[in-house]
Amino acid sequence: MKKTFNIENLDCAHCAQKLERIIQNVPGVINASVLFMSEKVTIEAKDEDFDNVIEEVKKAAKKQNPDWIITR
Amino acid sequence: MTKREYKELFRIVISLTFLVGMTILNHYLEIKDYISIPIYILIYLFIGYKVLIKSIRNILKGDIFDENFLMMIATVGAFIIKSYEESIAVMIFYELGEFFQRYAVKKSRNSIKELMNIRPDYANLINGDEVKEVYPDEVNIEDVIVVYPGEKIPLDGIVIKGNSYIDKKALTGESNPYSVFEGDEVLSGSVNIDGTLYVKVTKDFYNSTVNKILDLVENAQTLKSKSESFITKFARVYTPIVVILAILLALIPGFITNNWSDWIYRALNFLVVSCPCALVISVPMSFFASIGRASKEGILIKGSCYLESFNKVNTFIFDKTGTLTKGEFKVKSVYPSDKYDLILSLAATAEKNSNHPIAKSILNLGKGLDGYILKEIPGCGVVAKKEEDTIYCGNQKLFNLYNIEFPNIINEDTYVLVGQNNQFVGCIYLEDEIKENAKEVLNKLNAKTLMLSGDKEKLAQRISNDLMIDEFKAELLPEDKANEVEKILKNKSLGDCVCFIGDGINDAPVLMMSDVGISMGLMGSDAAIEASDIVLMNDDLESLLKLKKISKKTMRIVLENIIFAIGIKVLVLILSALGFSNMWLAIFADVGVAVLAILNSMRCLKKVKL
Repeated sequence: MKKTFNIENLDCAHCAQKLERIIQNVPGVINASVLFMSEKVTIEAKDEDFDNVIEEVKKAAKKQNPDWIITR
Repeated sequence: MTKREYKELFRIVISLTFLVGMTILNHYLEIKDYISIPIYILIYLFIGYKVLIKSIRNILKGDIFDENFLMMIATVGAFIIKSYEESIAVMIFYELGEFFQRYAVKKSRNSIKELMNIRPDYANLINGDEVKEVYPDEVNIEDVIVVYPGEKIPLDGIVIKGNSYIDKKALTGESNPYSVFEGDEVLSGSVNIDGTLYVKVTKDFYNSTVNKILDLVENAQTLKSKSESFITKFARVYTPIVVILAILLALIPGFITNNWSDWIYRALNFLVVSCPCALVISVPMSFFASIGRASKEGILIKGSCYLESFNKVNTFIFDKTGTLTKGEFKVKSVYPSDKYDLILSLAATAEKNSNHPIAKSILNLGKGLDGYILKEIPGCGVVAKKEEDTIYCGNQKLFNLYNIEFPNIINEDTYVLVGQNNQFVGCIYLEDEIKENAKEVLNKLNAKTLMLSGDKEKLAQRISNDLMIDEFKAELLPEDKANEVEKILKNKSLGDCVCFIGDGINDAPVLMMSDVGISMGLMGSDAAIEASDIVLMNDDLESLLKLKKISKKTMRIVLENIIFAIGIKVLVLILSALGFSNMWLAIFADVGVAVLAILNSMRCLKKVKL
């Protein structure tokens, strides 16, 4: 399953690349791409644990920078 | 402004007020150090705590070239050499610059979003008796959705109930509404104007037209232009080089002259200018804004790199049918002309049930008779019979088959022979009309033009003369076309850039091969979107001129930003090294330049004038 989420407070292009790497490394994430200009991230993960994976992604992003909030 | 932005601004204003107050007091009253320093430290911490926290967090992760960390070193360093006011001022202006930068990025994001405001937010899903609002990506194929007047159609589908006018402006840039009825296909991204439509979904959200287009435009950020790759590489080496230079600048003259504080101050200036932010943000932003602008005009660009190469195109290769011509036939003349009505009526009788473009153009003019039994002879034409009356309508093969003699009247035009009861009656000549603006557009492109066609030599010759095309190749089979383009690509000299423009369905190999492949992508034709680099959603040749303007403007703005940003930074670095600069100038070269570059790149959003 593939879904697109919004990212709040993604302020610099350089950080967007960093965030993409972080999300890609979250276990369960098959693929992720962060789009800086549109402040979005598309995450692909298996259907059965999609919700769990998203929770982990949110935590990982928050750990890197508390301002980054991922929402639907 | 958001709450977060107000808080930021509040912090900046308060610390600036305190700093100015302290500076004035200190000037007149000469406050003792043991009183003033703690106050300075407090102001510093108040304005700088965020940078400090971030830099400590990043340095723990081993990221020594982090801009927050460098800013911390610069300001703490200034503090140690007793430039208290400057240290705090740099921190304040850094935060102020960051604030403006964020604000400008947000503004431009919103403008771009507005340009591409075609993403549907919800779908009205029918579930039994009730209608439920859901996210478009939660709707499955075969589900039925309702689209009320004024709403965007969220997914591709077929109308099963209702009729309405639909506005496809967002997809094609064309503003004429068109009507849809039961059984018609509707594309997501269009706006339903006046009736309620019940739509059976045929594609899930990720495969629907609107998402494909948005995906394409958003992912255009990943296909980077050479300018963007240059910036990325530049950014990677710029910061380390400046930091190393700063260290050398502090140490070597410091040891020689023993005037430590002066040289350290100069080195700290280097650290303040060490972030390449202005370029890292503004260059991709220019490309993205231009891609957004182009999509608003019905031009889809699949990557910044194509925008960049289109500016360099000096050879345009056109496919004929459907690109330079309308791809629909029109009756040009009838032989013999005094039997015009009879010939058209006979032909219309025979072609009554046909869907072929030629038949359609005949049926537009003549009304056929009813009651004939029609028999199609593949590759030849149609024979229509009613009692003793027989009508023949087709090419010379048909007439040879029935042994009907006809005069030698076949020329380069497309034709249909008409006969009745074993006698030749006449002939209809048809032509594929040239698009009205083709000549003007080709002329204004101001580059070498070529035309490739599968049609007869004479016809291609005439069209090419009419349009003043430099070269043409006719009677080409599809594979010949690819060979021709390959030859051109092989023989091109360095710096040449070849663009192929075709209608997309059978031109896929050629579109892929050429430097820039542009397709006339009649709304949502998957093949066209797939194979080409740029899609003209409205099939209008004028888009090429718009595209040319957009790409030229983008490249100019990008170049301006690169020269401006690098120029100012290098200048300030040199001045700092020589001791003619101060931290105020350095902070301008950092954040001031970034804000100005962002504002400049925003010009890409403006509508282009032809």
